[in-house]
Order: sequence, then C-alpha cells, then structure tokens
Amino acid sequence: MTRRVRLFTTCLADVVARRTADDAEHVLRALGHDVERVHGATCCGQPAFNSGFDEPARAVAAATLRALDDGTDDPIVLPSGSCTSMLRLHWRELFHGRPEAEGAARVARRVRELSAFLADDPAALRALGPRLDVRVGYHDSCHMLRELRLREEPRTVLAQVEGLELVPLASGERCCGFGGTFSGRYPEVSTAMADSKIADVDATGVDLLVSADPGCLLQLEGRMSRTGSPVRVRHVASLLREALA
Amino acid sequence: MSATTPREDAEVGGRPLPPGWAAPAHQPGADSLADTTFEERARENLARPFQRTAIANATDHTVFALQRRFAGTAHDALRDEARRIRAHAITNLPTYLEQWVDRAEARGTQVHFAADEAEARRIVAGLCAERGVGRVVKSKSMASEEVSLNSALEGAGIDVVETDLGEFVVQAMGDRPSHVIAPILHRTQGEVHELFSAMAGEDLPDDPEALTGFAREGLRHAFLTADAGISGGNFLIAETGEVAMVTNEGNGRLTTSLPRIHIALVGIEKMLPRRTDLAVLLPLLTGHGTGQQITTYVSVLGGPRGAGEPDGPEEMHVVLLDGGRSALLGGEFEEALHCIRCGACQNVCPVYRQVGGHAYGWVYGGPIGAVLTPLFRGQADGGELSHATTLCGACDDICPVRIPLHDLLLGLRRRRVAEDVAPLSERLAFRAWGLAWRHPATYRASTAVARAGLAVLARDGVVSRRVPGLARWTATRDLVLGRRR
Repeated sequence: MTRRVRLFTTCLADVVARRTADDAEHVLRALGHDVERVHGATCCGQPAFNSGFDEPARAVAAATLRALDDGTDDPIVLPSGSCTSMLRLHWRELFHGRPEAEGAARVARRVRELSAFLADDPAALRALGPRLDVRVGYHDSCHMLRELRLREEPRTVLAQVEGLELVPLASGERCCGFGGTFSGRYPEVSTAMADSKIADVDATGVDLLVSADPGCLLQLEGRMSRTGSPVRVRHVASLLREALA
Repeated sequence: MSATTPREDAEVGGRPLPPGWAAPAHQPGADSLADTTFEERARENLARPFQRTAIANATDHTVFALQRRFAGTAHDALRDEARRIRAHAITNLPTYLEQWVDRAEARGTQVHFAADEAEARRIVAGLCAERGVGRVVKSKSMASEEVSLNSALEGAGIDVVETDLGEFVVQAMGDRPSHVIAPILHRTQGEVHELFSAMAGEDLPDDPEALTGFAREGLRHAFLTADAGISGGNFLIAETGEVAMVTNEGNGRLTTSLPRIHIALVGIEKMLPRRTDLAVLLPLLTGHGTGQQITTYVSVLGGPRGAGEPDGPEEMHVVLLDGGRSALLGGEFEEALHCIRCGACQNVCPVYRQVGGHAYGWVYGGPIGAVLTPLFRGQADGGELSHATTLCGACDDICPVRIPLHDLLLGLRRRRVAEDVAPLSERLAFRAWGLAWRHPATYRASTAVARAGLAVLARDGVVSRRVPGLARWTATRDLVLGRRR
C-alpha cells in the first residue's frame, strides 16, 4: 500500500550524512510512497536531553514538534533509530505536564524508524527486485535494539535483497562507542570501543557493515576510514538504493 | 605489576606466616577522586597490554554462563518477583532494620551502627583493640573496601589476611579489586603465577590447581592463627536477624566460624524481609554473578556459638553501614539501593569492558559504580561518572532486580546540571546550541555553514584531519561525508 509519508531527515543527516536522507527518500519513492520532507524541523533534542540539559533540549524539540505535528496522521519516517527513540519514548518525559505534551504524544504515535516502516510490507520491497551480491554484517544500534526493540525488522528488510548474505557478528549487539556526546567527551574510550567492534567485523569477513543509525555509522565508518579497514559501511537506506540501481 | 617485598615483621603475634607471605600495605581506593579524571584513569587502564583481553574473556564467559543458567526458565518472572521484594524491603527499610536488630540481638549478636566510613573503621578497629586481636582473616567484602578497612586495621598494628583467592592476590599485589564478584578480573594467570612464585621463592608450576594449592597452604595457617574473622554479608534477613552469605571457596565459612570473634560489615540496604525471599534472590545473585545454580557455600549466620554448640565464634558482631545509603531513601535514586552486587551490569557494559573497574576511581565500577559513586561520595567527587557511559541500555537488560540504570544515570546527569557542577564550557555550549536550533532559520543557516566548512576540509568526501571545534573527535576518526570507496 502506498501512502503519504513525511520524511524527517534528522540533524545528523543534515550536517554529515545527507546521502542517507537522499537514499531513504529514493527508496520510499521507489516503493510508490508520496514522500514529503518535513520542513522547519531541526533536531529532536537528544544531545542536550542525554546530557542533562532539559531546557535547551525542550526549546529545540519544541521547534521540531511544531513542524511535525501538522494535523495529519501520516507516518513520520526517520532514517535513524536513535532519533525515533527520542521522539517516541523520551519526548513524553521531556514535555511531561507542559502544553506541548498532547502534540508530542500525537507525534510519538506517528513516528517510524525507516527499516521498521519498510518491514511492514516486505513483499512490496521484494517486488522491486533489489539485488546485491554481498556478505553483510548488521550492527544493532542500542536505541533500536534495547529501546525500540527492533531486532527483526532491519533483518527482514535485508532479507528481501537477492544475493545478500547476512552474516552474524559476535559483537553485533554491543555498543559501537558513539553515545552522542560521549564520543567527544571520552574519545579514547569511545575509539577503543569502536576498535573492539571493528576487529570483530574485520575478522568475520564481510563486505559491508550495515546499520540503521547514522550516529553509529558516523562513529564506525569514521574509525574504519582512519584505520583503513577493508570493510565498507552502509546505512540500510543506502544499501537498498544500491540494490535497486 | 610490582613484585612484592616481604614485610620485615612477618612474625605478627609470634605466629609466623610463611616467608614472603606478608603483603605490602593494602592500597584502598583513593580518598578523593578529584585528583584524577575518569579520562585520565581510563587512559592509564587502556594502556595496560593484557587487561582488555583478560576482561573480555572473563566477562564473555560469565555472560554466557548466565544465559545458559536461565535458558528455558521463568527468568523474567523471577526478576519481577525479585524487583518487588527489593522495592518492598527498601521502601520499608527503617521498619525492617528495627526488626532485624531486635531479632539479631535476641540471638546474641552484637549490633553496631556506622553512619559513615570513618565510624565503621573506628568501630571495627575498636573491637579488635579491646579484644587483643593480632591477626584478622577476611572474606571478600565490598563494604570493607568502601570504608578502606584494611589500611585502618594495618595502621593499628593488626595483621590482615585476605582469604578470598582473588582478594588475596589483590592484597599481595598492593592492587585494588576491579569487579564486585571477580576482584582480579583484570589480571591474567601469568601475573598470578609470577606473584606466587616470587612469594614462594621458587618457580611454581603455571597451573591453576598448583597456584591455588600454594595459596591454600598459607591461608590455612592464617585461619588457624587468626583472632577475628571479618566478612561482609549478601543479605540481612529481617524476620530472623540473620546474615546470609555466599562464597565459592569455603574461606567465608572458615572466616566466620573458626576465629573466636566474627565481625560482619554489611550495608543497611542488604535487607530482605523473610528467609524465604532467599529462594528468589539467591538464584538470581549466583546466576547473574557467576552463572551458577547455587554457590558452593551458602551460609546463614544467626549469632555466636550457643550453649552446647560445637563450633562457631564466641562473639558475633554486625556493623551496619549507612555510608550515604539512608540519604537515598524516598528520593529519585532510591532504586540504586536495590542492587545485590552481582556484577552482571559490569560484565555487559561496553565501557567497563574497555577500561576496567579501576577507571571508575573508587570501589564500584561499571554502570552501578557510575551511579553509586556520585551518590555515596557526592557530585563533586565522581559526578562525571554519569557521563562515563553511552546509555546503551545493556545494563538495564541484564540487571536481576531490574534497576533502571539508564534512567538513574540520566537523572544524575540532570542533577549535575541542576547543581551547576557541569563545566561552564558545557553549559555555554548547550545554551548556544539551544538558541540557534530553536528556530528553523538559524538551524538551516548553522547546518549550511557546518556543511560548507566540512566540504572545504574534505578530500574525496572524507575529512581526515582535525576539525576545529571537533579536535577531540577527529583525532582518532575521519568524518565520512561521501561514499568511501
């Protein structure tokens, strides 16, 4: 079923991962959805919220809330598990007892992480004939796995790609060390965490490391680029776009 | 690792320990964390060559054992029940404490209250001095680490021998435990072999059984010559006034029953209302701690030797330690008191696995350490630990009593902001961020500027040099903007 979909690109995609947003839009359009990017949205507020700064978090999130709460019931799709988790689970706490609470609850009901949205209708994706001959390791982002409890959905999406072989990673569910501000606050620890994950990825022998969270990808791809890992990194959206090309 | 040097007065009380045995003075946790930062301590630990491998191997093994232990059982229901019991016990702690004291005293146990670390040291040292105690054997106790008990007793001229094998190694190395269950998780067998060989004055076989045998021989002597045994306690049972304790090496039972005096130092939060609550809490403690169905020894200690009883200590003392605990009752962080010290959150913590327990600076490492340290020691001392985590949630998922560690850590971060402990630079940064990104127009402008700046620095879509303002981030990582080929 094709429908009208709002795409919230997120701030990380706006600054460093624009192609992720473009690829997500491309895939949604290929499926026949009527995609409209949300204008006027900024950031979900997570960097400040997770640092204990609720006031600026609320101020920024309120701007995004105004843009997202557009009076429709259209699903709001995000190419980021972490931001989805913030909107879906933590806005309730952030706006608790405030005038925005009702709007935040409306938005929370509409937001969908991209791969979970695509997993609603795997047959539609398969019908497009995605094909890519690659061995893939999937990195579960902490917020998708342990907050949104989305474990199977991204795997269901990947399973629609012909030729794709999903190889389990021993450290697949362990944090990559990004942690938002953590990665800048304690760069050496953060990097050591990434290295432990990358060592596992390299040893597993995959062509691609795939995840659905731009934050984890920023961290892992950034480190893998610096250390010269032979494994390439892709967001689920980018992998699908390649598979559809 | 520093080689141990035999202490000159190895003949404490005229009862010699084997040559090379007496350990260097115990080095407890730093009295103040303010001298070093988490980052500095983490750096030091990251640089230790074998430590990360040792931690990874040990924690992987334990987590695997835990999963195997509870596979196919009603694990979640057990955890729900444990959470209910702990919440009830802590909510009603004053009542249960009163009940416990009444029942314990009726059994002949002498009860003492220690409001803080200094008072705990004073009480225990006083008991030892009054009773002419020359040698103490200790079984593993994190509460005693909290109060730096060993150095206090040694300062008073008392010979202290740690009898848990791991703690024994820690003591002999002049080290500190790095994990609540496995004190030498950060050490390798090779290091223990080296240490014990130095103590023995000969090259011992590099084999766990032989090394344990070496320790056992001297420990047996220490047990037989000690005047007092000092233990911790895993649970206080309100309805009976008992102390329950789990160990795997038998040293706990010897410590608490062989010397003429037994002193247990126990945090007040270890309370369980009923003895039958052990049926829920014990399997969770042992299963989450080591993957065992039950530990080799479970002791339920109910007072000194009674008339006509063949064994047990002449005196049993319990020192109830507050040490910042009662201040948490009824507050936002009360659930931190539910902890039963199984160490599972440390085992799964991706930060702990890299830096080890010592990086947390005080007694407790990992997620629960990052919560307890600022709560017990104050925000000024250890407050930054709430940021020493990625909030990945692995700890929440594994906690046997379902402590919401993620929420507690986040709450501590908020408190740090509310109490103005957060650094000025951080406050200004978030203020500026909040002002810029609360309006779509300034957001678009700032992201456009950031993109343009990165585009200038990038080569083939990759920024691989230090970016102004992101120097710490980009010191070890590239920013990949395009598609890396």
